[in-house]
Amino acid sequence: MDIVNQILDNENNKNDCIQQLINVEKEIDVDIDEGTLLVSDYNTLNLKAPSKLEPNLEALTRDNVQLLINKIWTLPIKCVEEVILAELPKPKYVLPRSRKLPKPKSLTKWQQFAKDKGIRTKKKGRSKLKWDDLLQKWIPTYGFRNVEAEKQKEWLVECHDDGKPIQDPFVALKASKNEKKAKNELQRLRNLAKARKVKIPKVGFPSSEHFKDSKQLSMGAKIAEVSTASMGQFNEVLKKNVKKTKGKKVTKKKKSGQLKELGTKNKKKPKAGKGNRDFRKKVGGRKRRQ
Amino acid sequence: MPVIERIIKPKTHKGKQAILKREPKIIENAKQTFFIKGLKTTEVLQSCMKNLYILKKPYGQILQRRNDIRPFEDPTPLENFGRKFNASLFVLINNNKKRPNNLIIGRLFEHTIMDIVEFGVEDYKCLTNFKLEKISSDIKPMLVFQGELFESNHEYRRIKNLLIDMFQRETVKQIRLQGLEHVLSFTANDNCILFRSYKVLLKKSGTRVPRIELAEIGPRMNLRIRRTKLATDDLFKQACKKPKELKVKKKKNISEDNLGKTLGRVHVGTQKLNTIQTRKMKGLRKTLTERKSERKRKQVITEEDNAKKIKVNTDENNI
Repeated sequence: MDIVNQILDNENNKNDCIQQLINVEKEIDVDIDEGTLLVSDYNTLNLKAPSKLEPNLEALTRDNVQLLINKIWTLPIKCVEEVILAELPKPKYVLPRSRKLPKPKSLTKWQQFAKDKGIRTKKKGRSKLKWDDLLQKWIPTYGFRNVEAEKQKEWLVECHDDGKPIQDPFVALKASKNEKKAKNELQRLRNLAKARKVKIPKVGFPSSEHFKDSKQLSMGAKIAEVSTASMGQFNEVLKKNVKKTKGKKVTKKKKSGQLKELGTKNKKKPKAGKGNRDFRKKVGGRKRRQ
Repeated sequence: MPVIERIIKPKTHKGKQAILKREPKIIENAKQTFFIKGLKTTEVLQSCMKNLYILKKPYGQILQRRNDIRPFEDPTPLENFGRKFNASLFVLINNNKKRPNNLIIGRLFEHTIMDIVEFGVEDYKCLTNFKLEKISSDIKPMLVFQGELFESNHEYRRIKNLLIDMFQRETVKQIRLQGLEHVLSFTANDNCILFRSYKVLLKKSGTRVPRIELAEIGPRMNLRIRRTKLATDDLFKQACKKPKELKVKKKKNISEDNLGKTLGRVHVGTQKLNTIQTRKMKGLRKTLTERKSERKRKQVITEEDNAKKIKVNTDENNI
């Protein structure tokens, strides 16, 4: 019986040893980040003699790795094609990025407008392909292979039969397309400038940006007036300068509610009214001879 | 700058893709590393660099030529290389009399130098020196940092961050349990970081959790810290910014009870007790006097209103 007991004891001792190896205890709890598979052990080191450095290091590392493995084995597990996968949480340890965060794309003028007005241009499920009756097939409305299809469609353009020599329609078409392209490019550049906050000169009528002061503006107008060879002697008089002879307009304020009624009462009116007519009082009409 | 916001548009699709690839992203890819030789190197250093490259493999690039780069004096060539390879980590080796066996590890942020740390390599032992069966390649290692210096010392803390950045490979959502084969251990020991690499052996323990045993596979080296040039806290913080899009909004008023049922809390506005319709009963009916008094009250209110109006009118007249 002693032998049996001895063997059993040995078994128990072994199990205890293994349990000790698995359940490692530390003075300060180690930081474990399962997301990055990281263990940071901030306990003070006691790596003694240099001769025993390597085994000591290995033992220390083993303990820490055991702790990490213990943590990982508690994570939810998935089985995919006979491979056991542990689902890791998001890493807690913060690492710097390699590039800055991308800035949000600035809206173009049209996009801004559409957003303000709530216009939606894109619809779900709108196909690029459209059925063409002439060609009897599906052709793309724009982009790849659109030009090809258009060429097939418009290989011949009818000329008007009124005897006048007219421009080559194909040339006109090309010119108009080039113009559209140029306009589009200009708009793109303008949007770019807007996005980067670059000031670009405005085209067209002078605005308040060109003349900051009303005096400046009138001065500019006067200078323009006399800037001819004859110093403006033969200039037509501008319509603006002709003075209006009409009287000033008087703005009327609308009266609301009771005030309106009051106004009418105050106005001159035959005093004789309905109901409170005083016969002794002579009101209105021609003066009677006496 | 996104492609659309370039003044000169890329002409081909391929060109556009190439530019897009280099653009900053919200979710970044794994960081690329380039390995560079200085003017003079030693055999130990070259083997060290190659070993590190093997550990990093698909995310690294070894440059063959020697370059006269002194990162602590002029880091611009490194920045240019970073821009060229779209890489943000680098390893540089050089050797000179004053500082023999220099291993310089650093990282870039937005193609400018962020951190550079210079190590002296001591007691180097190559991968091939360990006669053991090696691990399969391209495996995410477990990282172990030991020593109180990694918590108490600012410089060591940053070096730890750099080393994790260097060796963590990509972030993954799932991991194969059998694939936890490799451990990199860093131990801070009197101005020296002991770099060890072990293979993990999973042994049976009688419980669900396996018992771990380690076997060293190399490389082994002691990294003595020499010069450092670390980013300011400001820059570091800026680099660590998290995108807003990835932040998870906390859902309010939803909880889970012990049985795993989700519970929702709903807020109802205050009840209007005055106008609430209760049961109609004879007893709750208003009496005749009550009704009369209420009517009177209403009348008084309207009269007062009228009086006010009249007063306003007279005022107007006076004016």
